[in-house]
Amino acid sequence: MTASLNVRDLRAYYGQVQALHGLNFSLEEGSVTTLLGANGAGKTTTLRAICNMVRTTGTIEFDGKPITHMSTEHIVKLGIAQVPQGRGTFTRMNVEENLQLGAITRGDKAGIASDIERMYALFPVLKQRRTQQAGLLSGGEQQMLAVARALMLRPRVLLLDEPSFGLAPLVVRDVFKVLEQINRDDKVTILVVEQNAQLALELADQAYVIETGEIVQSGPAAEIASNEDIRKSYLGY
Amino acid sequence: MELFTNQVLSGIATGAIYACMALAVVMIYEAIDHLNFAQGEMAMFSTFAAWQFMQWGIPYWGAFVLSVVLSFAAGIAIERALFRPLGHASVLVQIAGFIALFAIINSVAGLIWDFTIKPFPTPFGSTPLLGGVISSHQAGMIAVTILLLGFLYVFFSFTRVGLAMRAAATMPESAKLVGVNVGWMIALGWGLAAAIGAIAGIMIAPVIFLEPNMMGGVLLYGFVGAVLGGLSSPAGAVAGGFIVGVLENLAGTYIPGVGNELKLPIALAMIIAVLVFKPNGLFGRVQVQRV
Repeated sequence: MTASLNVRDLRAYYGQVQALHGLNFSLEEGSVTTLLGANGAGKTTTLRAICNMVRTTGTIEFDGKPITHMSTEHIVKLGIAQVPQGRGTFTRMNVEENLQLGAITRGDKAGIASDIERMYALFPVLKQRRTQQAGLLSGGEQQMLAVARALMLRPRVLLLDEPSFGLAPLVVRDVFKVLEQINRDDKVTILVVEQNAQLALELADQAYVIETGEIVQSGPAAEIASNEDIRKSYLGY
Repeated sequence: MELFTNQVLSGIATGAIYACMALAVVMIYEAIDHLNFAQGEMAMFSTFAAWQFMQWGIPYWGAFVLSVVLSFAAGIAIERALFRPLGHASVLVQIAGFIALFAIINSVAGLIWDFTIKPFPTPFGSTPLLGGVISSHQAGMIAVTILLLGFLYVFFSFTRVGLAMRAAATMPESAKLVGVNVGWMIALGWGLAAAIGAIAGIMIAPVIFLEPNMMGGVLLYGFVGAVLGGLSSPAGAVAGGFIVGVLENLAGTYIPGVGNELKLPIALAMIIAVLVFKPNGLFGRVQVQRV
């Protein structure tokens, strides 16, 4: 297996405060990786660091090429999509415009149109809401829209920040089912950050546990899930 | 009744110009959260440029297009050279930047073209229409504005660049995460605002004459229109501009003692009234902030 995204000695800073203390991890091509940890452990910062939205040192390689100092929009154009914390919905635009924006870097009009139809097939509720202002959607619908918008890039790597946050359990199931499907069918490499460890470990192949900006445990998701010590100390279930 | 119709229609004509200025102001406000105090001076300079082209023998519409295109480029250049480096500076620094830009453009225009008042031609003539309630130039102002607004509506609603510009202005972080080059979109917004200002200046110049301080009052009314309609709503700002134009004329005509001299205080009183009673304007969104 080859690494799609390779992160070495990643440190991140908010002003004087250091939030990440030298992370090392890699995402295998076509796999699902999860990054687990408590509030404030540095999960969101890690995702922001990959897209160069926070000051960082260290190296991040995508397909063997360094992307550490590229602009966010350039990194996105390479095929790294992110569903950010708070979902990043374009609240004043309608659902379809949100999907169009997801594909704003692409030039193939026909492909974009067919991908929009594909998103409506994956998330039928979005089709019903296509002309509604996105800010008026429910939390679950906005989360689906955020995932759909990220997929409109036809990404090679998909980064998700707590896709289960604030959602009803049934909706969470739906969203995770779609993630599993696009990983299987489209071979999209996924990195999912979660507080809901149990759920994330079911989906993931590989897991990392992060605490105060450092990786404290890592291994195949099944092993992490079955290790009672790790579960009790870090994952809280 | 004829006086009333006349005042309303000429109010709509000047209101069209206020609407353009209000729209230019809102476009920049949406992107950087500050009012561009130099918007009027930029428009004045564009109008002088058009006048200069005509002095050099270029026909009216040629000078018009040339001035609008150059203003577009100059707007982008000003953003790149001046306001991009100030991007992370404090509010006061940014305001100082706007005021500096205002003073520089004003004095440079005075230096090149001096401060005497110059007549400015109109391609629409000044024949009375509809039995004298509106002049052909006023009708032309309204028509040009409607064409411009229609173009902008189509551009922002149905083109990908328009969509990306709206995304960049309203949700810059999210826009970056879908691959929009936010910096360039904001520069493009400055270019468009400058081009809109140029059109407004060229259209109003035959009415108020050409001189370096010509846009002071116009921009003020534009601000009133923008605040009235809501600084967060481009369509509201346009509506606000028209409303201000009509109210200004009606107040000057029907309220005894207002006349021409007290129109400006009325505009300022409207800003204060809106800010006190309806701070988000008639069409603006209520600003909600999570703590």
